[in-house]
Amino acid sequence: MEAVLTRWREIVQAASANRTGLRLRGGGSKDFYGEPATGELFDTRDYRGIVGYEPTELVVTARCGTPLAELEAALAERGQMLAFEPPGFGDATVGGCLAAGLSGPRRAQAGPLRDFVLGTRLMDGRGRIMEFGGQVMKNVAGYDISRLLAGSMGILGLVLEVSFKVLPRPIRETSLRLSLSQEEALTAVTRWRRQPLPVSATAWEGGELTVRLSGAEAAVATAARTLGGTILEDREGERFWRDLREQQLAFFGNGDVPLWRISVPANTGALPIEAADILLEWHGTQRWLRTDMPAREVRLLAREAGGHATLFRGGERADIFEPLPEPVMALHQRLKAQFDPDGIFNPGRLYRDL
Amino acid sequence: MSFINDAAFEVDREPLIAELYRRLPRHCVLSDVEDLRPYECDGLSAYCELPLAVVLPENEEQVIAVLRTCHRLGVPMVPRGAGTGLSGGALPHAQGVVVSLARMKDILSLDPEQRLAVVQPGVRNLAISEAAAPHGLYYAPDPSSQIACTIGGNVAENSGGVHCLKYGLTVHNVLSVRMILADGTPVALGGTAPESPGLDLLALSIGSEGLLGVVTEVTVNLTPTPPCAQVVMASFDDVNKAGNAVAAIIAAGIIPAGLEMMDKAATAAVEPFVNAGYDLEAAAILLAESDGTEEEVAEEIARIRTVLEENGATSLKVSGNEQERLLYWAGRKAAFPAIGRISPDYYCMDGTIPRKHLGEMLTAINAMEEKYNLRCANVFHAGDGNLHPLIMFDANKPGELERAEAFGAEILERSVQFGGSITGEHGVGAEKIDQMCVQYSEDALDAFRAVKNALDPAGLLNPGKGIPSLHRCAEYGAMHVHKGNVPFPELPRF
Ligand SMILES: Cc1cc2nc3c(=O)[nH]c(=O)nc-3n(C[C@H](O)[C@H](O)[C@H](O)COP(=O)(O)OP(=O)(O)OC[C@H]3O[C@@H](n4cnc5c(N)ncnc54)[C@H](O)[C@@H]3O)c2cc1C
Repeated sequence: MEAVLTRWREIVQAASANRTGLRLRGGGSKDFYGEPATGELFDTRDYRGIVGYEPTELVVTARCGTPLAELEAALAERGQMLAFEPPGFGDATVGGCLAAGLSGPRRAQAGPLRDFVLGTRLMDGRGRIMEFGGQVMKNVAGYDISRLLAGSMGILGLVLEVSFKVLPRPIRETSLRLSLSQEEALTAVTRWRRQPLPVSATAWEGGELTVRLSGAEAAVATAARTLGGTILEDREGERFWRDLREQQLAFFGNGDVPLWRISVPANTGALPIEAADILLEWHGTQRWLRTDMPAREVRLLAREAGGHATLFRGGERADIFEPLPEPVMALHQRLKAQFDPDGIFNPGRLYRDL
Repeated sequence: MSFINDAAFEVDREPLIAELYRRLPRHCVLSDVEDLRPYECDGLSAYCELPLAVVLPENEEQVIAVLRTCHRLGVPMVPRGAGTGLSGGALPHAQGVVVSLARMKDILSLDPEQRLAVVQPGVRNLAISEAAAPHGLYYAPDPSSQIACTIGGNVAENSGGVHCLKYGLTVHNVLSVRMILADGTPVALGGTAPESPGLDLLALSIGSEGLLGVVTEVTVNLTPTPPCAQVVMASFDDVNKAGNAVAAIIAAGIIPAGLEMMDKAATAAVEPFVNAGYDLEAAAILLAESDGTEEEVAEEIARIRTVLEENGATSLKVSGNEQERLLYWAGRKAAFPAIGRISPDYYCMDGTIPRKHLGEMLTAINAMEEKYNLRCANVFHAGDGNLHPLIMFDANKPGELERAEAFGAEILERSVQFGGSITGEHGVGAEKIDQMCVQYSEDALDAFRAVKNALDPAGLLNPGKGIPSLHRCAEYGAMHVHKGNVPFPELPRF
């Protein structure tokens, strides 16, 4: 075993023996996210590097501490990408990216992070190392623990390595902008979703709908003509989607007002709410709200629309994620107890009692 | 073939049957031997077992009632859809009850605006696409068995099809499920809004082979039907060249809608059956499909053609119309029945390997044909590296069955050595339970057992399948090390 892992195993085993929490952390780019972190700081950046990348297999495998930027640069060099466009929010690492489970603008077309997880290597609470899934596209042997780890906020174990499915970058990308009200924009994106259009991302804010088209030259050109609006300079389009993904747009800059993420089903109309700044993504299924409304009211709003709400940034750092129904929470507790019986990994980071 | 289920239970038959009749309408319970017979196996007909009873609940309340009853009495339960599974996943337990979902076959709703359908577990895969067709939509995963197999079975197996390279497997196309846990507790997993809160238990449930819960409702994502699709058929005089061409297509940044490969033995079996116009001289043929708008397809087909030509294709045909396209695929989709026509029995394997080893694997399989003195035809989901070697044998000839099994086991173990998996889409079930000990370390298997413990602590759902017991691997390991790759093909391996 590599020296780092031997050392890590000792730390994990000691933590289990003493029942002390470990706060798993890569670059700290998501320190703001989730329930407050507790426990002794455990820096995953000692274990880094891309361990396998074969473009023709569409698979990349990297250690948890690998900077996400390094991974994405390696893929870009070969004309490939992580199609779920994970936000980095600074110095993100591969392990943190998997654990946070966040996807960016292209999720609207390509699907979420978990769809691209092929395999993982995990250290459990006893310091045992095991591999799940693998480096192949299809593997149905055993339960899909790798996907279970995606978005788990590190509560089930220490992710050592991740294999992601990667995709070729589109030959052509063009962004355009249309002036539309929120209602008009929602109607438009719902209509487009039903058509075989190469729309890879949509974002609406303040009366403007920005659309990205990705695909073969001809298809993008035709779709751009069909959709109308103003075509953005390539550089401007790229900057817009990057700033959206990294939450660098002016919308996200607004100081102390809490930022909520509302997830709703497709074809949901405008939410009945006045006192908020709103930005819509993913064809209207992800809605960012900046509002001082009480948490209770925001959650009710989301629930009534058939969705759920996450307190993404700011506000009082408690009850971040939607509360789970009792039998589902019971399953969470049982899984946690099985994987991490001494409760050492990121205690309370996903839900307070986990 | 024999499968020894090492999960033993003691069940009193009479009180169980009486209790089932009390909980369900009479016509929903079968307990006479002749009524049980049709349920004795699934698509892997070499494994047979009679259950104590079969129940056919007609709604979720009845499913819950059955599960509660069985749970209270400590009775094994085996969920079943259409029984087309190829790994013995729906094989009954001798002390258990088969829970057939076949009567829950309503499409509850279909919302073209949201692009989703809510269906009961017994709905057939193809029925969803048929219902969605008038709206210009379809359900993308298309297993070759799609006329018959159920969505509940698809969820349990994480089934794929020829279009999965581009459109994903079941796990990528299901938004939520309702699942009844072993003790009768219903849970809703996933949702129609993105990024459901908490752990991704939906992903855990998909591909869980009926070991974690009984699925009673599935919400699937529907995909817009592409206005245009064309397929290129390319011949190669060497399987390695065909394998390299597959990698070259991917390397060129193309993700075809389908990318399938058939070797000479497969095309020879299929052609007289389907008259698809396959090149019977070719060592292997590739089918590469492009779909989208007419312009997109034209652009992509041109690129695919170039790559195939550069990689030594000896001839190329592009489907000229929809009829021709369907004909090219018909041959591929009929591969299993076609082999069934030329051989009394066949054994279908399902390993996956990194694409780059396709050629090497085919060469290895050729050598195994000699070693085991059995023929094998190969159809591959080449784009995904998913192999379906079809080993032909005659169960009536002494020793052939055992040789076929040993042949299959060797293919799977070779798949693992290549860095792949023992199953890409058919599941572990009863069939590949011992190979799980080859693919996974004891610690990883322990983690699987931990998942099982968390969801079904009494171990009553589909016991003895999917995840081998500690004991089982110890025994297999001992036998394995002992016999390893030494050619004693006449000895049974399972
Ligand atoms: C000719 C042929 C071609 C095939 N082609 C393909 C292919 O291209 N791709 C592919 O992936 N597979 C293929 N298969 C395999 C098979 O069709 C799939 O595995 C299918 O998903 C099984 O569905 P079923 O309804 O028949 O399930 P069954 O065979 O009845 O059951 C399969 C498993 O699912 C469990 N199960 C069933 N229903 C439920 C439920 N409601 N809740 C919980 N567990 C449940 C069972 O316990 C069992 O473990 C093929 C099979 C045949 C015979």
